[in-house]
Amino acid sequence: MKRFRGFVIKEFYHIFRDKRTLIILFGMPVVQILLFGFAVTNEISNVDIAVLDRSKDSETQKIINTIEASKYFKVTDFIVDEKQIETIFKKGKVKAVLVFENNFSKDIVAKNMANVQIITDATEPNVANSVNTYLTSILQQYQTDLNQRQQIPYQIVPQTRMYYNPELKSVFMFVPGIMTVILMLVSAIMTSISITREKELGTMEILLVSPLKPYQVIVGKVFPYVFLAISNAIIILMLGFFVFKMPIEGSYFLLALETVLFIFSALALGILISTISETQQTAMMASLMGLMLPTILLSGFIFPISSMPLPLQVISNIIPAKWFIILIKGILLKGVGLEVLWKETLVLVAMIVAFIGLSVMKYKTRLE
Amino acid sequence: MGISLHHISKSFKSVTALKDISFDVKSGELFGLIGPDGAGKTTLFRVLTTLLLADEGTASVAGMDVVTDYKAIRNSVGYMPGRFSLYHDLTVEENLNFFATIFNTTLEENYDLIKEIYVQIEPFKNRRAGKLSGGMKQKLALCCALIHKPKVLFLDEPTTGVDPVSRKEFWEMLKRLQQKDITMLVSTAYMDEASLCDRVALIQDGTILEIDTPQRIIEKFPRTIYNVKASETYRLLKDLEKYEATHSVYPFGEFLHFTSKDAAFTSEELIQFLEQEHHTEIEVSEAIPTIEDSFMTLSKEHSNNGN
Amino acid sequence: METKNAILVKNLSKRFGDFTAVNAITFEVKKGEIFGFLGANGAGKTTAMKMLIGISKPSEGTATVAGFDVKTQSEAVKKSIGYMSQRFTLYDDLTIKENIAFFGGIYGLSNEKIKEKTALLIDELGLHDKASNLVRSLPLGWKQKVAFSVALLHEPKIVFLDEPTGGVDPITRRQFWEMIYREANKGTTIFVTTHYMDEAEYCDRVSIMVEGKIEALDSPKKLKKQFKVDSMNEVFLKLARNIE
Repeated sequence: MKRFRGFVIKEFYHIFRDKRTLIILFGMPVVQILLFGFAVTNEISNVDIAVLDRSKDSETQKIINTIEASKYFKVTDFIVDEKQIETIFKKGKVKAVLVFENNFSKDIVAKNMANVQIITDATEPNVANSVNTYLTSILQQYQTDLNQRQQIPYQIVPQTRMYYNPELKSVFMFVPGIMTVILMLVSAIMTSISITREKELGTMEILLVSPLKPYQVIVGKVFPYVFLAISNAIIILMLGFFVFKMPIEGSYFLLALETVLFIFSALALGILISTISETQQTAMMASLMGLMLPTILLSGFIFPISSMPLPLQVISNIIPAKWFIILIKGILLKGVGLEVLWKETLVLVAMIVAFIGLSVMKYKTRLE
Repeated sequence: MGISLHHISKSFKSVTALKDISFDVKSGELFGLIGPDGAGKTTLFRVLTTLLLADEGTASVAGMDVVTDYKAIRNSVGYMPGRFSLYHDLTVEENLNFFATIFNTTLEENYDLIKEIYVQIEPFKNRRAGKLSGGMKQKLALCCALIHKPKVLFLDEPTTGVDPVSRKEFWEMLKRLQQKDITMLVSTAYMDEASLCDRVALIQDGTILEIDTPQRIIEKFPRTIYNVKASETYRLLKDLEKYEATHSVYPFGEFLHFTSKDAAFTSEELIQFLEQEHHTEIEVSEAIPTIEDSFMTLSKEHSNNGN
Repeated sequence: METKNAILVKNLSKRFGDFTAVNAITFEVKKGEIFGFLGANGAGKTTAMKMLIGISKPSEGTATVAGFDVKTQSEAVKKSIGYMSQRFTLYDDLTIKENIAFFGGIYGLSNEKIKEKTALLIDELGLHDKASNLVRSLPLGWKQKVAFSVALLHEPKIVFLDEPTGGVDPITRRQFWEMIYREANKGTTIFVTTHYMDEAEYCDRVSIMVEGKIEALDSPKKLKKQFKVDSMNEVFLKLARNIE
């Protein structure tokens, strides 16, 4: 035990001596959460738009007024010709043009149906998408109001089936994602690098030729990173909770348990990588390509798994991050417990056992 | 009870690193493994320190088999790999304490063993190991390898890249350690260090060329060596290489070491030849052979024997 | 301007904070000379050498290498010198031919010139059957010989060799020195550091650095006379020990 303690103390020295890495490890989650929370949101405000009004009647004027009244849009230009649309986009003055067809009011009264066109500048796809969604929803809102006074419902086309939630905050979706990425980084990449560093330095030779048992070396190397990962998880959750008022609906205990499970699965992966890499560089590349990219791309953090091609959906099942994101979203946002999440929890446990089993098989008590 | 190897062979893919190596190191002996980089020294060390399994042959360290008793060996030997494997971000003291703890001992417990070496680095005990000079790193690495009072000490190229002063001091330390009854196997690429060992094995291309005391290896040198010198060293070398009586000619310090094919060869013949080639300031005298002369002769014979 | 000196160093110093690594050294190296630059670990050899090859700026003093000032004309200095160190020699994962082509390219040699030099070099070293092998597969001694030839590709006036023979077997080490002699005979100036004291004897003149200063500078013969000893090894031990 004394040997083991000495070993762990040494590991902490390594970590705290390397100030730069330490700053990155603790600064990164903060910066990422704040970045995603404030800057990279799908929300829009005060977007300039133009209107091409061919009817110029009372209904179109009311719609324009409603749009102006919202905090999302500002109608800055009125154009008279379709040809102007391209010019105005090219100048980058507006993000969208709203086009009312001829006889808008008449059509709505006579045919119960009128056409409106939303043309967006898609050079920034995300903005265009949001603008589209927001405009349609305003139109829909207007239509609903209108119909309250009507027996036969009026229809303003395009109809939208999109569901809009004005309170939707994208940061709630990002907190679980970022937590997953950071924990994967600290646990898997840092451990695999720290183990291969000893191989590169040649100190692994001395450790092997010492009474330390191989499992003591591995557990000793991994131990400090459990602490680092847990403190990172706490920082991220606190930021989400205090800065962005993210709800934690479910049980704190379950949240802690699942987080530790995920950390263990990532550590097991880190150990596995270090048993097959000889240099820090290989370990780094293997972790980045083999762990980080799938964690970011295939876990459902950024791209919804349901919209992936089938082969990728299948692959996503072997990524621990996918299960962890389901678990943590369930606990944080929906407040569900083990009675719903038992399956995902079991998957994580099975993965830990498998990865550790593989590492033990691969581990060498000698150099080759 | 020191170290013993029987017919050890080891290959990596297409490269044969060790070919049928057998020798014994007596208990308490300071044994040198002398050979250039790539001769197989490090592989041999790794086989003996249980880090590698040999393809063929058996070996034992302090009476324990390197394959079956590998755990026991790991508890009782000291190993200082090449490149002084230390933690560069830990201080001198932290490095020592770390290695002490993993061997279940303390710095104080075996202080008298490392005292002499440690006092030299003690003034820097709060300095990070990465900031030490080569000589200091070497001393620290030796302290770390000694901290658990090993019966057998393996030192793989402890003096490589270290200046002559530190090298000399290092060997003086080893000599003193020997009196504390520690068996030592030391490898080096510096031939002049051979004379400091009790016995040496000359190794090249994974093969042992010779095993004996340094003195006897020198005595066995088969030819007379002449120190030759003239005003133009390079031309002298080129002319002697063309000379039909030449067996070997190598630069050796300020002289060239010349040996002749002919046993009855005299220095007069050599001087005559050089004068004929218009050399000036000619000096010729008989030289005492060194381990390096023996090594070169043996290694040449070895490669001529179809290697 | 035609001078007899390949390297001219006057009161050259380099400080890192409070620490003076090189302390006002002055010496000159003649054209075609083999100059041994010795010193204990940490005596400041490497720092001094870095200033001379134009990759480190002197804190004080001047140094001229091949007629160019290392402070203001470091690019011109780099073009007229060759450099080979023990730590980095050739790319292990390229073949000998590829290494030659790469380093030839760096120094702006034309393709025909590279081809010609490659053929010549492989011929001289007798590497016909190995030219397309990875450098990794060569024994260290051979690697160093190829590296030396590569450092000479662009026909530099001065070659800097930083411990070129460390760990090399005795026979190859001597072949390496034969190559050095051959180059020096052609008029190339050789500036070399080594830990082998017998190699110090091969030099025309040697300097010994102790704690940032040059404590001795002369031909090996005169140094031995001055310190009343038989070998450069003893000269070195005497000098470095006195300081401690």
